[in-house]
Amino acid sequence: MTSHISINLYATLRKYMPESADRFPIEPGVTVGDVVDRLAIPRKQAKLVFVNSVRSDLDTPLKGGERVGVFPPVGGG
Amino acid sequence: MTLPDLVAAIGEKAQPMTFPDGGAFKGIGVAAVARLSASSGQPGRAVEIAALENGIIPVRYARNFHTFSMNDQIALLRSTAAVVGLGGLGGGVAEMLARTGVGRLILIDDDCFEDSNLNRQFFSRTDRLGVAKATEAAVRISQVNPSVNTSIYPEFLTAGNADDLLAGADIVVDCLDTIAARFILEAAAKAAGIPLVSAAVAGAAGHATVIFPGDPGLSAVYGDLETAADRGVETAMGCLCPGVALMSAVEANEAVKVLLGRAPLLRNRLLLVDLMENLMEIMTLEREERLIE
Repeated sequence: MTSHISINLYATLRKYMPESADRFPIEPGVTVGDVVDRLAIPRKQAKLVFVNSVRSDLDTPLKGGERVGVFPPVGGG
Repeated sequence: MTLPDLVAAIGEKAQPMTFPDGGAFKGIGVAAVARLSASSGQPGRAVEIAALENGIIPVRYARNFHTFSMNDQIALLRSTAAVVGLGGLGGGVAEMLARTGVGRLILIDDDCFEDSNLNRQFFSRTDRLGVAKATEAAVRISQVNPSVNTSIYPEFLTAGNADDLLAGADIVVDCLDTIAARFILEAAAKAAGIPLVSAAVAGAAGHATVIFPGDPGLSAVYGDLETAADRGVETAMGCLCPGVALMSAVEANEAVKVLLGRAPLLRNRLLLVDLMENLMEIMTLEREERLIE
């Protein structure tokens, strides 16, 4: 059974946004890392991961319905 | 001049004034504060504190009211904030804290202004390239608000000198430009037992948070120091003026809220911004139950 998540990618990661970002299909049980790989985002660029607005990581499992946000490392000023 | 004499002189100079909403107040102008400071030998902020303690508002702070109370403004004038890094973020933070009336600023940066700073760093000027950022920041602040006392350190904050540089600070604002330096500063702030406001920018995107001693802090943002990169995607995206200006405004406001004991803060929260996409979200860094454990 396919579920869906919404995806938001910030800054340099914006170019990896899928067309179906608001309704991105996943198999329940996949991890954020699996989604990052499917979007071809280099894992080193996916340091800051949020699931439903809470800091998570690439091993966090998804069941569908989540909002996933990914922010690249940022250090400038 | 004794304190009662100073208070009497302030009372003589005070003028009846009105707020934009029609409310009345007694105010003392910039020129009168400067003259009383010179004649009494007291620093400008001491004159301003004496005025506020007697119900007279220095007019330069009139538009801080009534978001701030008399006691709030006095507390800010008695506070010390350290601004570490005086580039894009630090220039905005230092200027905003000075205008708000934070009484003492410790200004730390070992760099000098160069051409590539001009796109975003408010203290950089074409006629002052090559000048130390800390020196230039103090000059600018003396022009904006001479009541503010500045201590300048044109050096890099290290584990070795942090104690001396941060002495007396009630809060530290991280305006640095490398991730490694931010971890050094966080350790110093935690050792000094004072809160840290931290922000970082790439392009027109950035994030900001508030870290108290004992909080997980930057490792919740960047991962462990050992695995964190020294620089982020700003090496490819640069830093845009609206991005640094916005994030410096967030930092300055959080710093003021910490100094005044206001809530809510961006503590254990990360404000994420991407101005190019008009994205603004507040994320939770650690689940509350994990913090309690």
